[in-house]
Amino acid sequence: MALSNPRIIVVGGGLAGLAAVIKVAEMGGHVDLFSIVPVKRSHSVCAQGGINAAKNLKGEGDSTWQHFDDTIYGGDFLANQPPVKDMCDAAPGIIDLLDRMGVPFNRTPEGLLDFRRFGGTLFNRTAFAGATTGQQLLYALDEQVRRYEAEGKVSKYEGWEFLSAVLDARRVCRGICAMDLRSMAICTFPAHAVIIATGGIGAIFGKSTNSVVCTGSSQSALYQQGAYYANGEFIQVHPTSIPGEDKLRLMSESARGEGGRVWVPKKPGDNRDPKLIPDGERWYFLEEWYPKYGNLVPRDVATRAIHKVVYEHKLGVDGKPMVYLDLTHIDRKVLDRKLEGILEIYEKFVGDDPRDTPMKIFPGVHYTMGGLWVDFKQATNIAGIYAAGECEYQYHGANRLGANSLVSCIWGGFVAGPEAVKYARNAFSPASDGHFEAEQKRQEDINAKLMRADGRENPFLLWRELGDIMTQNCTVIRDNQNLRATDAKLVELLERYQSINLSDRTQWANTTIGFTRQLYNMLQLARVIAQGAALRDESRGAHYKPDFPERDDKNWLKTTKATFAPDADEPRFEFEPVDISLIPPRARKY
Amino acid sequence: MADQKNVALKIKRQDNPTAKPRWEEFEIPWKRGMNVTSCLMEIAASPVTRQGTATTPITYDSNCLEEVCGSCAMLINGRARMACSALVDQLERPIRLEPFSKFPVVRDLSVDRTVLFENLKRVKAWVPVDGTYDLGAGPRMSMDDQEAAYPLSRCISCCCCMEACPQFTESTGFVGAAAISQVRLFNTHPTGAALKRERLVALMGDGGIQECGYAQNCVEVCPKDIPLTRSISQVGGEVIKQALSDWFRK
Ligand SMILES: Cc1cc2nc3c(=O)[nH]c(=O)nc-3n(C[C@H](O)[C@H](O)[C@H](O)COP(=O)(O)OP(=O)(O)OC[C@H]3O[C@@H](n4cnc5c(N)ncnc54)[C@H](O)[C@@H]3O)c2cc1C
Ligand code: SF4
Ligand code: SF4
Ligand code: FES
Repeated sequence: MALSNPRIIVVGGGLAGLAAVIKVAEMGGHVDLFSIVPVKRSHSVCAQGGINAAKNLKGEGDSTWQHFDDTIYGGDFLANQPPVKDMCDAAPGIIDLLDRMGVPFNRTPEGLLDFRRFGGTLFNRTAFAGATTGQQLLYALDEQVRRYEAEGKVSKYEGWEFLSAVLDARRVCRGICAMDLRSMAICTFPAHAVIIATGGIGAIFGKSTNSVVCTGSSQSALYQQGAYYANGEFIQVHPTSIPGEDKLRLMSESARGEGGRVWVPKKPGDNRDPKLIPDGERWYFLEEWYPKYGNLVPRDVATRAIHKVVYEHKLGVDGKPMVYLDLTHIDRKVLDRKLEGILEIYEKFVGDDPRDTPMKIFPGVHYTMGGLWVDFKQATNIAGIYAAGECEYQYHGANRLGANSLVSCIWGGFVAGPEAVKYARNAFSPASDGHFEAEQKRQEDINAKLMRADGRENPFLLWRELGDIMTQNCTVIRDNQNLRATDAKLVELLERYQSINLSDRTQWANTTIGFTRQLYNMLQLARVIAQGAALRDESRGAHYKPDFPERDDKNWLKTTKATFAPDADEPRFEFEPVDISLIPPRARKY
Repeated sequence: MADQKNVALKIKRQDNPTAKPRWEEFEIPWKRGMNVTSCLMEIAASPVTRQGTATTPITYDSNCLEEVCGSCAMLINGRARMACSALVDQLERPIRLEPFSKFPVVRDLSVDRTVLFENLKRVKAWVPVDGTYDLGAGPRMSMDDQEAAYPLSRCISCCCCMEACPQFTESTGFVGAAAISQVRLFNTHPTGAALKRERLVALMGDGGIQECGYAQNCVEVCPKDIPLTRSISQVGGEVIKQALSDWFRK
């Protein structure tokens, strides 16, 4: 019998999760929404620069096809084209909807939406709300979800961590297993379908621009339960982040979109105050190397250029791995109106005013292009599990363009929600056959084992080692020998994990146990990244191997799909052709 | 000049909502650019007190680490503020960390702030859109109106304003400045204004806007510089107008 009001679980309350929740609730489904942090505190609030949509409000002749072409080209042709086209076609409508929901987008004098230019395009296509666009979009969706919550259509489980899916004998998803982060109780929850929207995996690299809970733990748990993980080797390193003790804070691309210029002193070791260095003695290397796009080349290109200037030309500011990002030539009023939020971050965390002094920046791990494999309807290969947002792999190919993520998150949620409802309406009622109890027991045993363990390894220190090796070998420049050494190190860390020692064994709001569980999943997923990178002998988008400097469409125009082999306790790889039915691949030259 | 080798901290700890609080002291190596959160991370990696006794990592909330998610609010040297943007070099030492005093403690520095989210429900802090299907562009808005709305919309729900407010106590049940400011935001939105009356009514009576004594502590601590007192007086005026017109219509 078809269910008219199915029960759907959404895991994750960032933009993707909340977008899915709204669609499901609107279609009459009931949502149980799980999130580690209160959803309003999700990582999506960090997004600064904006959201892309070809509204063509600047008389530039922009079109959704042009947006589509920029996205495919920017992603070095690794993304399946039909879903990307659908997203770009939907983007203008998404902006309208967000506008109707009350997002305070910046305006033109006529009262229309203002648009700015971002990397990888020649059009002003990025709508923005001050310098905290992600925060503003997330709040708009959060408010709509709160409205549904008040109407009883959504139940929130904030402060709960997803641990695993409950699968029946046919490997069909029947619900989830989750842990209450206060009482540490492990419970199972039935559902007709599950949508995963748990964001990126920055924590695998130790410090990144991501938020603390972006560990990829749930993606990894699902991969270990049989879900494909696709294009894991594609990790975006953002060219401009602010090095920090606890995290790398992002300096948004919008700083360059508004005219920011990247430079280093031409003379090595020139440690004059940057403002005293005359224009002729500054090297604006991006503008020189890429005259057409200048400072707004795509991220992978800018990142490699900065690496080169710092490590090959040895021109890093103060002899350190840093370059200047300069806004001081722009009017203060303009800066305040358009960039206040991000300039505030620099001021607050570094102590200098970027309106007066060029900022010191360096590339930092930023975005996960790879993720759970999904089909064109956001369905994973496990029946009943959907995925949307940064945790899946569909929209950005080998490199994401700035301001394309927010739109892909919302679009992904808007597809996943209705598809999950459609699936659930045809799903038959789960017979209780002991799978809930079995999964709960499996998870409780993991906790019990961790609580008992009395080895000597500190989980936080193991994590630092993980982050160091991954940042060193699996980011900007890759080399097969180092990648193999990385995988060997990961195996060693997994072994040492067996003799972990929890410094906290209490049963109330114990953050150590949650983190230690995530660490295991991070280690397993790190192997997918390292091995996937080792296999791909070419250079494409964010994946750059000096030994194989060219893109190799003949052998590698393929999606990497990793599956977990439980017996061997490691990934197996297969490759799937990319759907290039709409735009024939061409060389990517900026 | 502050010690550039070590950072001393005194942290108020509490194992669970009913346990008795206690203080623990820590000393960790100083690093350039440290903030309070990075100190807490450091303690987690080596949970030993200054006296050399093994202890547990501190439980605290955090996520974005760039003062935009609102997670990490606590009392730092007695002041309500965000831990991630509290730079060690700008703080008097030993740095004293305590949980908020007006919210139930979960454990250590982590408190339960659901009350604000409940208040946001109560004042219907949303724009009542018809649906998510394509209905074309939203209402036009002048640059000035956008520039007035945006600062209000930057509230990160950290609850610092409520912690600092003398009127925010169990006995008053006061909704607090943040929710009132959200009422102003939604009441000035062209579509949001449809619920204006309901929002104002929600702010009448006990625990409503009348509890505010204009002490201004809220504006002083708000990490996002939200013009809270302006919001309160503006909404306060509207509430009185609404109450009067409702009374006349009776
Ligand atoms: C600093 C920064 C700036 C950015 N700026 C831009 C920009 O200008 N434009 C743009 O397009 N993109 C930008 N991005 C990228 C963009 O912000 C993210 O890709 C996007 O917000 C991800 O949204 P999401 O919904 O997929 O996940 P998130 O917002 O990360 O949400 C994940 C959710 O999952 C929950 N969760 C995670 N694990 C679990 C678990 N095990 N159990 C339960 N819940 C769990 C979390 O609590 C959270 O609610 C930026 C990213 C960063 C880091
Ligand atoms: S003005 Fe004073 S009384 Fe009113 S909300 Fe602010 S702190 Fe509280
Ligand atoms: S108004 Fe300011 S202090 Fe109050 S919750 Fe919002 S951001 Fe925090
Ligand atoms: S961690 Fe987000 S505000 Fe401090």
